Amino acid sequence: MTRLINLRPSRRGRIMAGAVPILILALTYALAAALRHADNPADKVLPTVGAMASALWRMATQVDPVSGQITLLADTVASLYRLGAGLALATATALTLGLLLGVLPLARAVLGPVITVIAVIPPIAVLPILFIALGLGEAAKIALIAIGIAPYMTRDLAAHVAGLPAEQFIKAQTLGANSWVVAIRVALPQMMPRLIETLRFSMGPAWVFLIAAEAIASDVGLGYRIFLVRRYLAMDIILPYVAWISLLAIAADALLQLASRKGFPWAQGAAR
Amino acid sequence: MTGQENANAPQSLPKVAPLLQFRNVWVEYGEKVVLERVNLEIPAGAFVSVVGPSGAGKSTFLRLILGQEAPSRGTVLFDGARMAAECGPDRGVVFQRYSVFPHLTVIGNVLFGLECAAAPVLGRLFGARRRAALAEADAMLDAVGLSSARDQYPAQLSGGMQQRLALAQALVKHPRVLLLDEPFGALDPGIRVDMHELVTGLWRDHGLTVVMVTHDIGEAFKLGTRVLAFDKRRHDPHAPQRYGATATYDVPLLRKTGDARMANVTQNTAGPAAASDHPAESA
Repeated sequence: MTRLINLRPSRRGRIMAGAVPILILALTYALAAALRHADNPADKVLPTVGAMASALWRMATQVDPVSGQITLLADTVASLYRLGAGLALATATALTLGLLLGVLPLARAVLGPVITVIAVIPPIAVLPILFIALGLGEAAKIALIAIGIAPYMTRDLAAHVAGLPAEQFIKAQTLGANSWVVAIRVALPQMMPRLIETLRFSMGPAWVFLIAAEAIASDVGLGYRIFLVRRYLAMDIILPYVAWISLLAIAADALLQLASRKGFPWAQGAAR
Repeated sequence: MTGQENANAPQSLPKVAPLLQFRNVWVEYGEKVVLERVNLEIPAGAFVSVVGPSGAGKSTFLRLILGQEAPSRGTVLFDGARMAAECGPDRGVVFQRYSVFPHLTVIGNVLFGLECAAAPVLGRLFGARRRAALAEADAMLDAVGLSSARDQYPAQLSGGMQQRLALAQALVKHPRVLLLDEPFGALDPGIRVDMHELVTGLWRDHGLTVVMVTHDIGEAFKLGTRVLAFDKRRHDPHAPQRYGATATYDVPLLRKTGDARMANVTQNTAGPAAASDHPAESA
């Protein structure tokens, strides 16, 4: 009898096995929605798939008379801009500080504790400070995302660089590299695959901070829209929006993974 | 101390200033004594094998020469000058593992040392200077037999090929002394024999001074012109850290340096025997 730990599904088997729970969830939802609508045709809590599709179609095609824009498009563009700017800011900070802290023990001694302190502050708790300091505009939202994820990314990258084999640093020095060359030719390239990895892990928190900031003070954005239509119990808009956000997150993750595979073939070989 | 030093020095080597001198060198970490009273001279052109049990300070000895560590007492002289406690390009090193950069191709790894010297700001060369460096790196790859793997990444290479690459990477800088820290410890026996031939050939052709730490006594005698055995002279069972190790045996293999009396000490030395006049060449 084959042990349970040795049972490995084939590729097709894996896809089918993975689809089963998703199908069950979808079917359960459809059934629950149908049951509620049988009781009360005006039910808003569990909208039918058809109702959600038509609501999404409305949001994605009709120009909103107040703003003069297609709502879903305007929300997506606004949110992705904030997310992208926040991630870019965090990435640049984490890359610079991570390299500095990872390569220079002196920098680690000076900046390590302060970054640890910043990292333990719950980012949402500083949101009021950001609103006061930066106003209610884009800057505060972008800053929240950056402040939320940059400390984690910095510590992760610094630990990665500090964890590179000491032999490599010795070897580089015997080959005549100065501190700067060690940083940009030995440490930096080996940080890049890790940077993409840590960015992937930070995407989840980044979305949380984005939606929180949009929910509190905004006039456009995916998070803003969800919290706005909540007042009307518009689950037929909320659920497709949540699905759309998930889809964007999955696409971003897939893109980052692809970039890592294409950009750093040497890291794939080593991870085999 | 000086008397012991003279007694240990290989008799048949020509009288040139030794490349490396250890004068009453101690390495201590607080209470723990790792090395004590190390008095040695290593002339240019020597192939010194360092053997000894684990914890006898072999690697510490190597790190002293590497400049990765400084003695707590005594002095290490490199070429007559006090050794800086920092690794420099006059010393090449090959470790048992992690000697090559995983993110650079084979040629990129060899090129790295040339680029560091010539481009301290960008760390890269361009145009004619890059082509000249590439030619030099390619010649080095040829010498270690890695030309066919030129554009592969280290992860795609076998352990033996990675160590060949590590050797090429170090030698392209023409180091005054090449340090090998159990370089063949992780290799299959067959590959190891190939590597022995390669290292012996490189030592002879490039006029190298080599210090090799190894666990394999056979390897130590096969490759070296001199074998140093590190161990503790004194041992206090109640305080095992009280006493450090030193070079308890210093065996010059004179056959390789032109003296036939010691010919029976080693076997399989057809290659290195031809290197008898080698120290004079490189001096």
